[in-house]
Amino acid sequence: MTKKTKNDKILLAHGGGGQLTDDLIRRHILPSFDNEILTEMGDSARLDLTSGSLCLTTDSYVVKPLFFRGGDIGKLAVCGTVNDLAVAGSRPVALTLSLIIEDGFKMELLDRILSSIAKTARQSHVDIVAGDTKTVEAGAADKIFINTAGIGARLPGVDLGFRQIAVGDRIIVNGSIGDHGMTIISQREDIAFQTQLESDCAALAALTCQLLENVDGIRFMRDPTRGGVAATLNEISMSTGLSIKIRENDLPIKPAVQAAADMLGFDVLTIANEGKFIVVVSPESVGECLKICRNDPLGQEVQIIGEVVETRDVPLVEMETRIGGRRIVQMPYGRELPRIC
Amino acid sequence: MAAACESLGRQVNIMEVCGTHTVSIFRNGIRSVLPPNLKLLSGPGCPVCVTDQGYIDTVLQLADREDCLIATYGDMIRVPGNDRSLETKQAKPNVKVVLSSEDALQLARDHPDKTVIFVAVGFETTAPATAVVVKEAAAESVDNFCILSGHKLVVPAMRALLSSKNNNIDAFLCPGHVSVIIGYGAFSEITRDFRRPCVVAGFEAVQIIEGLCEICRQLSTGEPALKSMYPAVVTEKGNIAAQKMIDECFEPVDGDWRGLGTIEKSTLKLREEYDRFDAFKRFHIRQSPSKERHGCRCGDVLCGLIDPPECKLFGQICTPREPVGPCMVSSEGACAAWFKYGQEKIRT
Repeated sequence: MTKKTKNDKILLAHGGGGQLTDDLIRRHILPSFDNEILTEMGDSARLDLTSGSLCLTTDSYVVKPLFFRGGDIGKLAVCGTVNDLAVAGSRPVALTLSLIIEDGFKMELLDRILSSIAKTARQSHVDIVAGDTKTVEAGAADKIFINTAGIGARLPGVDLGFRQIAVGDRIIVNGSIGDHGMTIISQREDIAFQTQLESDCAALAALTCQLLENVDGIRFMRDPTRGGVAATLNEISMSTGLSIKIRENDLPIKPAVQAAADMLGFDVLTIANEGKFIVVVSPESVGECLKICRNDPLGQEVQIIGEVVETRDVPLVEMETRIGGRRIVQMPYGRELPRIC
Repeated sequence: MAAACESLGRQVNIMEVCGTHTVSIFRNGIRSVLPPNLKLLSGPGCPVCVTDQGYIDTVLQLADREDCLIATYGDMIRVPGNDRSLETKQAKPNVKVVLSSEDALQLARDHPDKTVIFVAVGFETTAPATAVVVKEAAAESVDNFCILSGHKLVVPAMRALLSSKNNNIDAFLCPGHVSVIIGYGAFSEITRDFRRPCVVAGFEAVQIIEGLCEICRQLSTGEPALKSMYPAVVTEKGNIAAQKMIDECFEPVDGDWRGLGTIEKSTLKLREEYDRFDAFKRFHIRQSPSKERHGCRCGDVLCGLIDPPECKLFGQICTPREPVGPCMVSSEGACAAWFKYGQEKIRT
């Protein structure tokens, strides 16, 4: 009778390149991502692409806690990289997946994360085509860190960039802001109203591709993750030398998110999103943009939040408040919320 | 409001005595819709900001003790002392951030081998919560718990401001939270003795503007009065149970304030019967005289004498990332609010 070895925890040896590594890959990882390129188990993935122009990006994920309302580190690791490819004007094709796992991490949790990665990748029509697994001593990492790199095929005729942005362009966001960051911080602080908060973590590529293929006047796209909408708008303003005016009344913010932010002293504009994009679009095309968004589950609450205006003194992002006052939206410092993604 | 200000024909200075008001005024861009001759001064309403440097240095010294745990509200950990802050000490496991005084007491219960020192700061809003845990500790004999009381009283500070020869304050927008505890009646002495309008307001933009309108109306008619525009939560007598709790545990003594100096009967000290929970007594602390950091003008900001950008350090070497003075540390601090929401673009 053969003795059946069963590991319910990650051991250092799982990253040692020997039998346990092979076991981990064949039993846990490969079954999750069944595709021809990966199952060849070559030293590199071989891709045959027709597009001559590619986008390439990479991102690491260290979110704490690993599981949160609306997502987990696995879903985030796919969505984050897919979204970076999407807002650059490409259709995501393939991802790599690297895991750094702490000795003692529960296999059951790893399986949950892998299955979440697989599900999200399937929904986003991307394959996981290469990967790596490393294990480190207990204490050398916090449970699990994930890196994904991705390539996307650039959509023909699409040329997004700061240089395309002009005075009068409208700024839209595809739904409520601050959901992801406030969910994470509330869950970490164990705040009672967390049940009403849910991360917006979602892959946006289907919607961005649809927009780019159907609307001519799209100038620029960015996903407002760390630093939130405030950081993205300030980046646009600094890079173009133009100013931006937004209206507080038009910002889509859920009451629970606003309440949590008020209680903890955060400005929702600076809070991270993981399923949102900012689009800068010409005034002629904004109507078409809104129509397409509203027909997509990820864009139903789309809003025009402001527009690009001339700079008077220095480029700045200014907000008209609910009472008709004005205030500047500064570039956030970004030290308030560590490890949100 | 515009008509009232115009009829006065001079600059009108209204001080808000609450950090939450300061932040709301900025977040809602209220300054930008006010008449040009109406100026808002941010007063000593942020608990972290008014805490004297001597007290901060005492906390830092206590944090060096291996046999103690320091339990502090989050805002306090970044306030710089003479050469460091608690944050740089937080790497040491003996500085713990707590969300409530109860958490501090629980820390003492959980660590019977250490003395837990609760950094008890704040106005009448947080003092009752400190009193509750002192009483609990006494009832349960949690003898490894003590507090370093830096609690302050609002009305004596307002009196001190108006008594100063430099003062330029025409009226006070009185704090909503503090008024819930002490009742709006507590400000009647300011109106009576100094003939200044005192108006309690809520924190929404419209409530603040209503409060400012009422003040301007009073100033233009020359009839300063005490008025609460926040009737939903503020009564004339306030929360009697909370006042009783403060009174049973604490007595007002002369105390040091940043920028305002020593103010008579303005600081809460534990009563004798709770001596054993008084960290000052337990560790024989004689607080060193306050010495502010060189160039820092937090004191002048707190007195409404200057706006933060008039301080040479503001936005240059004093930023939220590397604060020099406490007004840049606390999210309710006037300098932090100016920096974050200011009317001028701050180049970073």
